[in-house]
Amino acid sequence: MEKSIHSINEKIRDGSVHVITADRMPAIVQELGEEGALREVDVVTTGTFGAMCSSGAFFNFGHSDPPLKMEHLWLNDVEAYGGIAAVDAYLGATEQSTTRGESYGGAHVLEDFVSGGSVELRAISRGTDCYPRRNITTDLHLEDLNQAVMVNPRNAYQRYNAATNTTDRTLFTYMGMLLPGCGNLTYSGAGALAPLPNDPNLRTIGSGIPIFLGGAKGMVIGEGTQHSPATGFATLMVTGDLKQMSPDFLRAATMYGYGATLYVGVGAAIPILDVDMVRSTAITDDQITVSVIDYGIPQRDRPALRSVTYADLKSGKVELRGEEVRTSPLSSYRKALQVATTLKTWVEKGEFTIALPTRHLDRTMRSRPLRETKRTPRVREIMDRQVVSVTEDELIRTAAEKLLKGETNHIPVLDRVGKLVGIVTTYDVSKAVLRPEKGGLVRDIMTRRVIRTTPEETVDIAAQKLEKNNISALPVVDSEDHVIGMLTAIDLGKLFGGRWQS
Amino acid sequence: MKLLVTFSRKKMREPIIARVVKETGVLVCIDRAQIDSAAGEVLIDVPDKEATYISERMRAMGAQVRILENAIIRDENECVDCGACISICPREVFTFDEEWKLQVSEERCVLCRRCVLACPHHALSQQE
Ligand code: SF4
Ligand code: SF4
Repeated sequence: MEKSIHSINEKIRDGSVHVITADRMPAIVQELGEEGALREVDVVTTGTFGAMCSSGAFFNFGHSDPPLKMEHLWLNDVEAYGGIAAVDAYLGATEQSTTRGESYGGAHVLEDFVSGGSVELRAISRGTDCYPRRNITTDLHLEDLNQAVMVNPRNAYQRYNAATNTTDRTLFTYMGMLLPGCGNLTYSGAGALAPLPNDPNLRTIGSGIPIFLGGAKGMVIGEGTQHSPATGFATLMVTGDLKQMSPDFLRAATMYGYGATLYVGVGAAIPILDVDMVRSTAITDDQITVSVIDYGIPQRDRPALRSVTYADLKSGKVELRGEEVRTSPLSSYRKALQVATTLKTWVEKGEFTIALPTRHLDRTMRSRPLRETKRTPRVREIMDRQVVSVTEDELIRTAAEKLLKGETNHIPVLDRVGKLVGIVTTYDVSKAVLRPEKGGLVRDIMTRRVIRTTPEETVDIAAQKLEKNNISALPVVDSEDHVIGMLTAIDLGKLFGGRWQS
Repeated sequence: MKLLVTFSRKKMREPIIARVVKETGVLVCIDRAQIDSAAGEVLIDVPDKEATYISERMRAMGAQVRILENAIIRDENECVDCGACISICPREVFTFDEEWKLQVSEERCVLCRRCVLACPHHALSQQE
């Protein structure tokens, strides 16, 4: 049996349509079988509600008198892009306020507008013959604007890798607060309730279809940026009228240490046309797998610790390195259910009809990393290869002599087989002179927790290590923990200029 | 019930907590202690019915005592039930109920303030 979009829309119009939310589909298929579910269910509604950084809106403000070409403009001190005609602008969700820092950004302006607040527009121009005015400051409500069109370049990720942190310091990321030593795990997305997992072959979700966006009726434009269906990470570019949206489904947020982002509710209503659509909408959380990524590694390709399913993640605990670690969703599943339920009500009431894509989304794309034409310098290129070291069972006096002779302030300490086990500074040695009771060997006074770098690490990352730990030298070690160089703030100073000369 | 006990520099050398325990026979549990050269701040957990009595005794010994009832306050209008606070809290104060709504067991809170930073929606604050 097959059903046409036309027959489903007929049922929507005459009120006989049968709609369910996606979380209920597996049970229905189990009870009625696939053919039975196809006969029974016409539409499956989906939803997700989470941080979607790649969001924003186009505005048309209308012309002032005398008219002005808004070359640079700010909304509540958040800069919007004005390089499009005279009174059009695009405001991105993650743009940060120039006066309030990361706690207020583009996302907050959007939420203020949507919840009926007043927003200050400030714009400047160099003045032209046709647009003579040089600046303007005015307070605006959403209804004062000619248009406010949300256009989100990348929303509704099919799935998203989970995050943890193996380092010994707390990280503040766009995946939230990550405690040291894999102290917690965060994840994003609604799993089997989200739009794209319910149509992974992109048969019914595509350009032109109506969707739920921020509490209003929106539309899919096409593939989202970084769309990568070939690897299971499809995304959508979506649009909708900001003036129709509701703060229930559009919320500004701040990820501490990262900045502003926008929580957006997105939902799609999927027509159950044939058995294939029954199967794809019967997906469950345990069929959606993601990797747990170590955000402690400052590289693009961060290592994965293991793979997990959304069922594991939603259980609240996941095993990592032999220990149970608690999980936090960053998206709201409760809100995602509200999105799917609201959309269900719209369809049942005949307020929302279904359309097939006017153009199908690409199913083969794969997102690639940035092509970098200038290589970022590596530690190997600037490190000092003359390493003066001591062993842990040498006398402190020996260390002192080496420090003096080597004209250095740091000496790496090695064990019998030449592996790095500590570091001693001139400060440690001076302290030892004053407090001889601690012992006379290097091992008695060395710092055992040595912050280190590798020859292939980028200089930026090494510099960040120095800064974060408030230290001035890093031993450079190979894969066997043998010290092959030292990197000091002075080496970095040669590269970056004044900032690193301490 | 949680009591936030603060001592001035002078009083810090005196074993106020130990003395109160000995004198009253009430067992107190120390949740968190922060002591530096200028002052000390200790968060203790005591049985509800003894809270007033213990506070009085401590005050008499020169400490300042504040009863913390709702240590961490959640603004329901701002909270979206995202759960970002759940995994970072050292005391498992936050959980989801059956409907994925956030539940807060504030009596377990030790006021470490991690959740205040971690909540993306500024929905959590510490009672002043
Ligand atoms: S992190 Fe904040 S918004 Fe999210 S559930 Fe906790 S209190 Fe609510
Ligand atoms: S302050 Fe600390 S202990 Fe209290 S609820 Fe927040 S994270 Fe948990």
